[in-house]
Amino acid sequence: MEFFSYLINGLGLGSVYAIIALGYTMVYGIAKMLNFAHGDVIMVGAYVVFFALSSFNLPLIPGVLLSVAVCTVLGITIERLAYKPLRQASSLSVLITAIGVSYFLQNAAQLLWSSSTKVFPAVFPSGSLELGSLSISYLTLITIATCVLVMVCLTLFINRTKTGRAMRACSEDKGASTLMGINVNRIISITFAIGSGLAAIASVLLCAAYPSVYPTLGAMPGIKAFTAAVFGGIGSIPGAFLGGLLLGVIEIFAKAYISTQLSDAIVFAVLIIVLLIKPSGLLGRRIREKV
Amino acid sequence: MLEIKDLKVSYGMIEAIKGISFEVKDGEIVTLIGANGAGKTTTMHAISGLLKPASGSILLDGKELTKMAPHKIVGLGLAQVPEGRRVFAQQTVEENLILGAYSRTDKEEITKDMEDVFSLFPRLKERRTQTAGTLSGGEQQMLAMGRSLMAKPSILLMDEPSMGLSPLLVSEIFHIIEEINKKGTTVLLVEQNAKRALSIANRAYVLETGYITLSGTGEELARDERVKKAYLGG
Repeated sequence: MEFFSYLINGLGLGSVYAIIALGYTMVYGIAKMLNFAHGDVIMVGAYVVFFALSSFNLPLIPGVLLSVAVCTVLGITIERLAYKPLRQASSLSVLITAIGVSYFLQNAAQLLWSSSTKVFPAVFPSGSLELGSLSISYLTLITIATCVLVMVCLTLFINRTKTGRAMRACSEDKGASTLMGINVNRIISITFAIGSGLAAIASVLLCAAYPSVYPTLGAMPGIKAFTAAVFGGIGSIPGAFLGGLLLGVIEIFAKAYISTQLSDAIVFAVLIIVLLIKPSGLLGRRIREKV
Repeated sequence: MLEIKDLKVSYGMIEAIKGISFEVKDGEIVTLIGANGAGKTTTMHAISGLLKPASGSILLDGKELTKMAPHKIVGLGLAQVPEGRRVFAQQTVEENLILGAYSRTDKEEITKDMEDVFSLFPRLKERRTQTAGTLSGGEQQMLAMGRSLMAKPSILLMDEPSMGLSPLLVSEIFHIIEEINKKGTTVLLVEQNAKRALSIANRAYVLETGYITLSGTGEELARDERVKKAYLGG
């Protein structure tokens, strides 16, 4: 029974990683860049929900919607101001800029809201579902359900809508997409908007589990979710989902059966082993060199 | 319908197109022939907006294209079949065709036009649910052409459609180009296969290292000694 309870907790944690990883993987798939400021968008999302709930006494759902809106605008703004001017620059310049944006957001948060930790209010009903001797907290259930819902909606959007088809076209060939009449800049904006909106949702789930809000809160989940995206095959949406879930499960098992202190080291060791065997990640496509 | 005046295009410090002028009239097949590196693809990219020219003008039915966002040009009725086909390999044949109609809003017509494309290229219909990456080179060329036709262009630009295809397929592709033209689409064709291109073209231009050096009807250029020597193998 212990095993199943760890497994479900792992899937819960992994669901949060998966939602964040979707942001990394979609932006990489379309803009071909690693947006290292993505984790800090989560942090901004967490602050917005925190203030909406504790200072403005908004109920949870409007608070989350407000946070999604703020993060969406933030994501689009970051792309416009920091990344768009570098569309023709080398990927190294873009990467350094992304790290700069990350530091900027962390320091802006520290300036605006101080570095002291704020306690995130309890937003979900406490308690758990008892199934025989197995007990699953409502929070874990809500987190997993949210992740599944996000995945289903996103898959439908990407495969069934005109914009979704255009996004897939842009991820393959931007020049040819332009020739079809697709506004590539608009598609990139939409991608950042979706990724950042998902980061806001992830921030609520994350802070419900670890209820402290501080300026660098996005750094560790950000880097873990990035790992998950690479693990699953960066650029692949099912890959981000699978990578996130597996990473969560591995982390919880490592904590439970091996060592709490070493759990992160074990997570990254697994990543290194997977990449040694399959460099493109679990579901990643091999990139063929053009001749 | 398409008028290019004094067009110059540079890559950084290197001027690839050094001031060319030519025109394509309504209903014509016009071909631009020349060796590798003469600037054929550069010219095509400048017309479809993928490259910004350094100077000069490109007029489509009197509208200036050089200052327009590239994704808006296809909406004006100018589509391009790019060099190397560039189909969306991970999407199905049908999805590729739907993407070709991206700039259009008339949904019912799009379904009908897809059937027209399938009657022009029956092999695409057989493979409609296959991903484009699994098609043969010839089929990919047909898909790239069908995809551009889905935009319902009044003028179609084709960049090296015969590249890498077997002689039999080349004949088929050129036959289809004539057919597309007969149905009322103006064609601007860029080709290294000068013999074939001249045989179907109403008029032709020879491009050499950034300049247009010769022009005339397809027949005239096919008989021209200089063209024969340089491009038609003696």
